[in-house]
Amino acid sequence: MDKKIKIIIYAALLVALFALLFILEQILPSYSMLFTVLKKGAIYALVAVSMNLLNGFTGLFSLGQAGFMLIGAYTYGIFTIPTEARSAVYQYFDGGIINFTVPVVVALVMAGVAAAIFAYIIGLPVLRLKSDYLAIATLGFAEIIRAVFQWKTLGPVTNGSNLLRLYPTFKSVLFPFAVSGICIAIIVLLINSSYGRAFKAIRDDEIAAEAMGINLAKHKRLAFTISSFFAGVGGALLAMYQTTIQASAFKSAMTYEILLIVVIGGLGSVTGSCISSFLFIAASEWWLRFLDETTYIGSFKVPLLNPGFRKVVFSIIIMIVVLFYRRGIMGNKEFSLDPIAKQFKKRYRRRKEVVGSNEQ
Amino acid sequence: MSSNIMLQVENVTMQFGGVIAVDNLSIDVYEDEIVALIGPNGAGKTTTFNCITGVYEPTNGCIKYRGEVIVSNYPQGKMKKQYLGKNNGLYSKVINPTPDQITILGIARTFQNIRLFKNLSVFENVLIAKHLRAKQNVFTATFRLNYREERRMREECMALLEEQSLLNLKDAPAGSLPYGLQRRLEISRALATDPKLLLLDEPAAGMNPQETQELAEFIRQIKEKYKLTILLIEHHMDLVMQISERIYVQDFGKLIATGTPEEIQKNQRVIDAYLGVAEDAFA
Amino acid sequence: MEFINTYLPYILAGISVGGQYALIAIGYTMVYGILRLINFAHGDIFMAAGFMMVYLSASMPLYISIPLVIILTVILGFLVERIAYRPLRTAPRMSIMISAIGVSYLLQNCAWYLTSGLPKQYPKIPWISASVSIGASTTTVVTLITPILTIVLIVALVLLIKHTKIGMAMRAVSRDFETSQCMGIKINSVIGITFIIGSFLAAIGSLLYFTNYSTVTPISGAMPGLKAFVAAVFGGIGSVPGAVVGAFLIGICENILKIKELDMTTFSDAFTFALLIIILIAKPTGLFGEKITDKV
Repeated sequence: MDKKIKIIIYAALLVALFALLFILEQILPSYSMLFTVLKKGAIYALVAVSMNLLNGFTGLFSLGQAGFMLIGAYTYGIFTIPTEARSAVYQYFDGGIINFTVPVVVALVMAGVAAAIFAYIIGLPVLRLKSDYLAIATLGFAEIIRAVFQWKTLGPVTNGSNLLRLYPTFKSVLFPFAVSGICIAIIVLLINSSYGRAFKAIRDDEIAAEAMGINLAKHKRLAFTISSFFAGVGGALLAMYQTTIQASAFKSAMTYEILLIVVIGGLGSVTGSCISSFLFIAASEWWLRFLDETTYIGSFKVPLLNPGFRKVVFSIIIMIVVLFYRRGIMGNKEFSLDPIAKQFKKRYRRRKEVVGSNEQ
Repeated sequence: MSSNIMLQVENVTMQFGGVIAVDNLSIDVYEDEIVALIGPNGAGKTTTFNCITGVYEPTNGCIKYRGEVIVSNYPQGKMKKQYLGKNNGLYSKVINPTPDQITILGIARTFQNIRLFKNLSVFENVLIAKHLRAKQNVFTATFRLNYREERRMREECMALLEEQSLLNLKDAPAGSLPYGLQRRLEISRALATDPKLLLLDEPAAGMNPQETQELAEFIRQIKEKYKLTILLIEHHMDLVMQISERIYVQDFGKLIATGTPEEIQKNQRVIDAYLGVAEDAFA
Repeated sequence: MEFINTYLPYILAGISVGGQYALIAIGYTMVYGILRLINFAHGDIFMAAGFMMVYLSASMPLYISIPLVIILTVILGFLVERIAYRPLRTAPRMSIMISAIGVSYLLQNCAWYLTSGLPKQYPKIPWISASVSIGASTTTVVTLITPILTIVLIVALVLLIKHTKIGMAMRAVSRDFETSQCMGIKINSVIGITFIIGSFLAAIGSLLYFTNYSTVTPISGAMPGLKAFVAAVFGGIGSVPGAVVGAFLIGICENILKIKELDMTTFSDAFTFALLIIILIAKPTGLFGEKITDKV
């Protein structure tokens, strides 16, 4: 299929998606579950893709995502709380030491940059380690970061163990979709570039990649830093979505959830991560909600349906996917227009034959 | 044999713990030559390759490429006491490059157990080898500002694949190719790094006489076309005797003989250690 | 004397919790040594043992519930291996680690479901929770017994590994998995026994731990589990004595950081991770570990 036609179709689909979201926002009430799922799903999609870049495409098993999301979230919050509100938020720290604000877009970029800087520094010693050790080391760093952000001494900047709030947030679902969309697009461009190929080579066979001239340390650091940049942006979006942030919420459990999303979607598939994020959020926040409600049929109490059952069922589904559908939803393939185009071509040719034979 | 020296392995010793894998080995390879390194299994041949290409840091010794020292080391730390080899004290500099730094100098290699990127396509395997010399950085590459470089890389790869008759398989996963083609792909991939010195590690492993013959032709062709110097490790004596101009024989890490194929075939020490005698010699 | 009196409780607490971490750490180190798997779910098995005790002792006398808890924990550990790890033995390493994370997630969610997230009170086991005074500070009998019991169990384990046939099989499998199979060692038995021993020790550890920290929540296993794992890495993963040394070190330092005067309590947990990073950078094979070179 001609490249130019492909680009036009993709662009058209994108416009259609945004148009659809816009329309939905007009007709459905804003507290509808659908929007929760769409907003949170878009944010988690970005973080999942950033993790996939690292784990799925470069083969670096890192469990530090929550830490970088935390850095991004806090960077965003700290630099966007309006100066009038600072004394209220930083009530135990005399209004905090930061007294200016930056525009939202700048803050989002800063969130990514801050996370990337930390990633660079952490990566220097840690990326040399073998896969299991890398996982634990990054997990450890995430926990250290979490402790540091709750430290009283840094209170004037981070507000210690108190919440950060009153910073600008978004209302429309188009915002997270736009930001995530742009970021994911950049990641896809990276993956399909020469550097993306180098990452995949490192994943497939490190020693051969090195022999072919790919500097392992530099490229691993690149993957790590870029992945963390986008995790930071995702964290900032999450902060906007939740309207308040607290360091203690960014536990390793958050990283595990993202890892599960990535695995269910397919390690090495961006489309898979996106689809799986929305499914995951929809299932955990919306569709399986009924499992948490104590239901009565007449006077008979349905067994098992109690708060918390939703997560149990959810965990079982995840175990089934991990054990029996290891490749995930998409394996390592992406959504492509080629097979669809082939189907159309086949039908068109067949119809031509039929018409042709009829005309005879 | 031209007078320009490409590779000098000088007094290289590689010691793992208490075992000496490469024992004070010295090898010279001149420009335009095909030199073979032979010897029984476990003689230390691949370890020698690994020392040359930066995979291992030699315990002692130095390696020069076109006259410049590219690898140099001497026993330090724990190894100081444990060192059992010779020529301790000859070298004082420590230069230990990583394999990618060696490749960019113009030295490429293949592996004993083929190391292709199995999940990537044939085309991508070769394309990746172009990455090291591309004029780009991560930003220009991501935002496609490097489109000219990208196009050049792709064209060069297509040309390479066409020449090796692999073009029709370019989108197949590398792991799905038959063994002989995988070997050829690995060599093509090494060629894509634009090397001047090519190190082949048992390229004929697992091949029958017919395939070995084709491989000999193949090696001659690429040597001519790309003006390569070749150092190869091999067990298939027919290939070795056919294409090499000089041979080094290694046994238990040591160099036990060197010479032309005729000289080596008559060398008693080599025969005892490795070659053996032809069956009809006793008839 | 003043000095000892003020700091003794911290050190004692450190030795005590260190011993409990050691019992958990052994499970990690043994499983890693054989399967090269970080059993993320091990800490949650420890937590599950805690909950089992809470529920069983409510309806049964202690002399039944204690052995029953140990048996059930062992069964749980064995089942986890059988269901979640064995099918993935030939899969890439990442898959089995993800499975371990999945099991951990499942166990925590089940615990949350059964308890509605409310912390449960651990039953008071008479005698070991009795108070005892040393010098001017009071502590519980548990604090004193733990290190002794830990060392006894570990000595027994080391003897088992060194002098029995099954111990030799375990050592062989952790050296070279595939060759051991070729030599006729029943891999499934060896792995099963490894998990049984690990879960057994974790159950004992939970009895001692929760007698001191008397509430059990679904995430009670996460931190001790992680810390025990760090201990195992610190000591050299695969080495039982190493894990024990690491565990005591972490337990003691963690409690020293809780000393009020130092004002470093928030870093009590982070210390463990800092230790982890340092050891991974300085000597990744740990205190007693061995270096392995990859053949290219």
